[in-house]
Amino acid sequence: MTKPASVLIIGSGPVVIGQAAEFDYAGTQACRALREEGVRTILLNSNPATIMTDPGVADAVYLEPLTIASIERIIEVERPEGVLAGLGGQTALNLAMEAARAGVFERHGTRLLGTPIAAIEMAEDREAFRDLLDRIGQPYAPSVIVEGETDEERRRMADLALAEIGLPAVIRPAFTLGGTGGGIVDTEEAYRERVRAGLRLSPIGQVMIERCLVGWQEIEYEVMRDADDTCIAVCSMENVDPLGVHTGDSIVVAPVQTLPDPVHQRLRSAALAIIRALGVEGGCNVQFALSPDATEYAVIEVNPRVSRSSALASKATGYPIARVAAQIAIGRTLAEIPNAITKTTVAAFEPALDYVVVKLPRFPFDKFPTADRSLGSQMKATGEVMAIDRTFGAALNKALRGLEQAGAGFLAEDPAWGPTLEILSGGLHDGAADDHHEISGELLVGPDGLLTDDPSRAVASGRAALLRRFLTPSDSRLWRLIGLLRRGVPAAELQAITGISPWFVGEMERLVELERRLGEEGSDLTDGLLISAKRASFGDRDIATLTGLPVAAVAARRAAAGIRPGYAMVDTCAAEFAAETPYFYSTYAAAGSPPEAPPVRRPAALVIGSGPVRIGQGIEFDYCAVQAADALRREGWEAVMVNSNPETVSTDFDASSRLYFEPLDSESVLEVIAAETAPGDPPLPALVQFGGQTPLNLAAALTEAGVELPGLTMETIDLAEERTRFAALVDRLGIPQPAGGMATSLDEALVVAERVGYPVIVRPSFVIGGLAIDFCFGPADLERQLRAATVITEDRPVRIDAYLEGLEVDVDGICDGTEVLIPGLMEHVERAGVHSGDSVAVFPPRHLSAAEQSLIVDAITRFAIAIGVRGLVNAQFIVREDGVYLLEVNPRASRTVPFLSKVTGVPMVELATRVSLGATLAQLGWSGGLLPPPPVVAVKAPVFSTTKLRGVDPLLGPGMRSTGEVIGIHSDGDVALAKALLAASLRPPVPGVDGALALVTVADRDKEQLPDLAAALVRVGYRLAATAGTAAALRALGHAVREVAPLGEEGSGLTPILDLIASGEVGLVVNTPAPRSGPVRDAAAIRLTAVAEGILCLTSMETATAAARSLDPAIRDRVTEIRPIDAWVRRGA
Amino acid sequence: MSAGPNGRPLHPLAIPADAAVDPRIGSHGPALLALEDGTVFAGISFGAAVASGGDIVVNTSQTGYQEVCTDPSYAGQVVVMTYPLIGNHGRVRDDDQSERPWLRGLVVGHATAAVLGRARQIVHLLRSSGVPAIAGLDTRALARHLRETGCQRAIITAPGHVDPEAAAAHARAVVRWEDQDFVGQVSARAAFEVGDRGPLIAVVDYGLKANIIRSLRTRGARVRVLPHTATAADVLGPEVAGVVLSPGPGDPARLDAPVALARAVIEDGRPLLGICLGHQIVARAAGAETRRLRFGHHGANHPVRDNGTGRVQVTAQNHEVTVVGDSFPAGSGFEVSQTNLNDGSVEGLRHRTKPIETVQYHPEGSPGPLDAVEVFDRFLERVRVAEGAR
Repeated sequence: MTKPASVLIIGSGPVVIGQAAEFDYAGTQACRALREEGVRTILLNSNPATIMTDPGVADAVYLEPLTIASIERIIEVERPEGVLAGLGGQTALNLAMEAARAGVFERHGTRLLGTPIAAIEMAEDREAFRDLLDRIGQPYAPSVIVEGETDEERRRMADLALAEIGLPAVIRPAFTLGGTGGGIVDTEEAYRERVRAGLRLSPIGQVMIERCLVGWQEIEYEVMRDADDTCIAVCSMENVDPLGVHTGDSIVVAPVQTLPDPVHQRLRSAALAIIRALGVEGGCNVQFALSPDATEYAVIEVNPRVSRSSALASKATGYPIARVAAQIAIGRTLAEIPNAITKTTVAAFEPALDYVVVKLPRFPFDKFPTADRSLGSQMKATGEVMAIDRTFGAALNKALRGLEQAGAGFLAEDPAWGPTLEILSGGLHDGAADDHHEISGELLVGPDGLLTDDPSRAVASGRAALLRRFLTPSDSRLWRLIGLLRRGVPAAELQAITGISPWFVGEMERLVELERRLGEEGSDLTDGLLISAKRASFGDRDIATLTGLPVAAVAARRAAAGIRPGYAMVDTCAAEFAAETPYFYSTYAAAGSPPEAPPVRRPAALVIGSGPVRIGQGIEFDYCAVQAADALRREGWEAVMVNSNPETVSTDFDASSRLYFEPLDSESVLEVIAAETAPGDPPLPALVQFGGQTPLNLAAALTEAGVELPGLTMETIDLAEERTRFAALVDRLGIPQPAGGMATSLDEALVVAERVGYPVIVRPSFVIGGLAIDFCFGPADLERQLRAATVITEDRPVRIDAYLEGLEVDVDGICDGTEVLIPGLMEHVERAGVHSGDSVAVFPPRHLSAAEQSLIVDAITRFAIAIGVRGLVNAQFIVREDGVYLLEVNPRASRTVPFLSKVTGVPMVELATRVSLGATLAQLGWSGGLLPPPPVVAVKAPVFSTTKLRGVDPLLGPGMRSTGEVIGIHSDGDVALAKALLAASLRPPVPGVDGALALVTVADRDKEQLPDLAAALVRVGYRLAATAGTAAALRALGHAVREVAPLGEEGSGLTPILDLIASGEVGLVVNTPAPRSGPVRDAAAIRLTAVAEGILCLTSMETATAAARSLDPAIRDRVTEIRPIDAWVRRGA
Repeated sequence: MSAGPNGRPLHPLAIPADAAVDPRIGSHGPALLALEDGTVFAGISFGAAVASGGDIVVNTSQTGYQEVCTDPSYAGQVVVMTYPLIGNHGRVRDDDQSERPWLRGLVVGHATAAVLGRARQIVHLLRSSGVPAIAGLDTRALARHLRETGCQRAIITAPGHVDPEAAAAHARAVVRWEDQDFVGQVSARAAFEVGDRGPLIAVVDYGLKANIIRSLRTRGARVRVLPHTATAADVLGPEVAGVVLSPGPGDPARLDAPVALARAVIEDGRPLLGICLGHQIVARAAGAETRRLRFGHHGANHPVRDNGTGRVQVTAQNHEVTVVGDSFPAGSGFEVSQTNLNDGSVEGLRHRTKPIETVQYHPEGSPGPLDAVEVFDRFLERVRVAEGAR
């Protein structure tokens, strides 16, 4: 194959559950690899928070919606010789397949590079794939495919499938992201519901019903093949959770731990045989189920592209899979591609690990406490954390420390488990009492697997059922299992119930044993036990908790005994060859060994990353961390990166001078700083502005240890973050702010709320399973919420702020201490009260007067200078007729920095980094004040993963719920908005010739916006349906309305509202909540049903109106007008 | 206290036994691993409670510790496993490659326990065979050190013997690898046959692994295993359809009789397959030289290119000695057919006219990838062709 001169790379779009930062990593690697090969790279991605879309990564960047129209238009303009889709996840692959089927590539004489379309089709069409497996003699779980032209046909096939496969069964909709819509079902009712939903979610209307191989192990191989038929297995991975839990939600270990060599080789050979038979050219993930006695296996699935697993495998081994896959795609072979790590060997080899890697998923249930927390074949995690050490226990412990989640350490136990844990362990020692419980039927099991006193909640009874349900796969199973081991429940019993391989449970038991001994020795802690605990990666904090010693005392004992970690290199070859990879992990197993590298040359700084992707702290902050490291290196500094997230660009060993894969806790970060500080030098300074809140939270510990934080002091951080001092400073500067205050008791809260006036926003500092942040509309509402959902005490105060309705504005600036450069302001479409991360935001503002803009600029400028920040500063304002109010200031990078950097062309992170090192804006050729806006409008729209999380209400509010974002750019603001909504999947379907139905039920306070919404919907061909109140309002406006029966009033002759939603007639649901508790709950049922039915549900009048307008043909037709980002920004219209 | 290179302490921390050895398999307390250059590592003794030494080699396989422990090619060597957890799945009886361990000692980061009975732990096999083992040292630091110094002699001290000077002196007193006859220790004492059907393959046992016999048997061959002392007359019996010269331990330069045997087999013209040591013996029989590598190849990830097709396969390797590619006399009839992609060393030979192929790597894996099992297919194909012609 001849090398193409230019290649179009399709990105994966916004971050959603199942498709996150790993594709920014893959795409960035691919762009860089192809540029090094002299290939012109053209990139399409709708996600502005990515590194891959930054200037300098690709030759032409299209920040445009991921549609066939965009692809075709780019191909027309740019004439790429090839298209690379295997690096943009399922999104890119699906899009490329559609484009291929639509003849786009053929029409323009270009071709899909890498794995051929036929191979992708065979891997993804389950029937064709099974034929292939039959042909090459590879076993798979018995399964039946359900599809059909009519409902009747589909129902018949579903019946046949059920009869053949039986229950429990695994439902797998074809071609959905992260297994969306899939799951294990064990009742006929659940079976039917899930099949119906799956058929709708599958873009080809196909669902596979598969026999559930309960209790089998899940083993994965990341394999690669080139056009010369050379095949390698880069990494083997063993899931701790047995089959049934999506691998993205599983605890995963690399390399395989419990398999004898013949079993491992059998699976490895099978994986290679499969990619040979498919004809993969690039990377591929192959998943197997292995019977508990390891004598039988079944192929589960194959992903003929780079994936989350391949990103994990790359970070686990040091082998750059995406980079090599891109090189293979343009015709190079594994035998000729150099090994980027050793530089002396080639890519045709298999990494040898001399360490253990553990990956843990990071779940969003802290944001969605009401969601269904059980785990199955539908992925629910938003991110992941990886840890490296020399034992499974140590790596697991380190990964737990890296989760950065309250209640996620090894020692963590939810207090609510107490009685259940006691009963489950107590029964062992006191069989009689347990029997008594069971006989008298008192041992009732709730749906959460916990003991319950309420018979109406009970789903089962008896100890056996309680143990089984307690350990059902869920986000907390690991901690529940450890809790039982801690109480002496035998490992064998837990192993039998969970199906987790006995070896893993045994290793956890060893950790529990260490924990017990630490508790036993207490303050008499011996050096020997301390060494054992550190070799098992117990943090000083956990050791302190267990021994009762202060953390500082534990650290002091370590220092006195010389117990410090060593740092070992990830080199792909287990030290067989000399390597200069700047990629390290800490391990006490290397304590005292000669260092593998001396501390970096000064000047140098540490960049602290942002840890696992979670709602509220996503890849925007990885973008900032990578940019900061880059800026340091361009300044001639060495940049040392520390992070724990295997998906990201920042943990690519190329992204910094030196990479440390460590949990982002103060102990780990301080040890890295110590290792990178030569005797006599001051501690390595640390940049904490770029990784989101995570590094900022470490600022105090770093400062205390004498580490300089360029651009920041604790005083600066405190003035911005400590609410009382913040409020005082804002007052002193004469900047208006909403009234508010702190309360440490319910009575105080009522007083504060009365003073500031309802409605108020309540922000608790500690939450138990309720709403984290919410509005309260009156004293009763406030009392109910505080009692139901929060803890309010002296040391856990609640913040109460007046809720000001108005236009919300986000602003980011760079302050050098004397002036503040403001690249741009972003105006929210939704009225204040919707979290800024969930708002549609427009740049430049469309509704702000020059005077209002200058008030904002003046306020942020004065505040930033007053707190003394040198670097990035972010603030939120509310603009009302009565003034411009300052809500919040963050002396760090914000979520909007990548977006603004791209649309303004201001290298914000680079400037901030250089300013924090001491430069002034003037020296860098910039000056303070607001930059004039470019002649385009750029719109940021949020992207939600609600369809993946059962039981999550899509209602927008003050707590963030979106997982990603997209951009829409155009010289016409309405088109830009339409593009963003389209890319964010927030645009309702275009009504066909028969029209479509929009179900509109809005709260009274939203009715004044109803005319605009209704007119817009009707104009684009929607018919309207509504419940009585909204229907009356619509009729009064002169619209025809189909009235439906509200919840609880079925039987009135009108179609009940939920039935209508499920009928298939509805294309859009607009539902805005009433400010009271009852209807809110009812409305939740409406929204949840809409989500379950896959119908777009909008909960803000502003978004809904904008969405309806975007369907206007005059606007709709122009969303295909696309340009490279620099063409938009530089030349505008 | 132990001392590293330049007298630098390598492990200032006295490691508690249970931090390196799972209490479920038990340990014998502190011991040392000493190298002849004076470098000493402290660890925990957990195999047989004796001292033992030999040349130290580093194996980078992530799986297959059991096969390594029972592979006769490790006779006389102290083996360091770079994968840090050894023992996870215990010992699977059918996976032993010979009737006992032949290595002189095992060095691991962590000795783990399988959740199985005592008799099925790998450590039980080591103890009952008198093989010492040591855990708790930084195997990566050791591997890095050996990468710099090349191969050395080493000793694992008996439990409680922790004088570094004495240990290093002991390492220097170990008989050199190249001065020892290992083949005579590991080879079968008498001939035996396996199977009752198919072409008869004579396998000369220089240190045979079970999976070579299995690989031939599953391809329909009958196998006659002969001791290393077998003569050409013993090997080239009238029923014999092909000959395999097996892998094994030690330096082929010492093996005059096997080289003479190989010469006779080449002369005879029946299909011949040489594996590892067998490959080196054939090369010497053809007049080529062999030389010792700086630190050998021991692992499951070595890329080998077929010089004909250009295709690369990942192979299992375990050898100290390599064939010198350009040392074949003119007219030997042999050509280098496969090459190691990492260091360019010779990985396979083919005879231009005779049905002879040899490979330096282990197509039978055990442990390691089975990508190259087609070596056996090709061999048996040649056997069938030759039989047809007879």
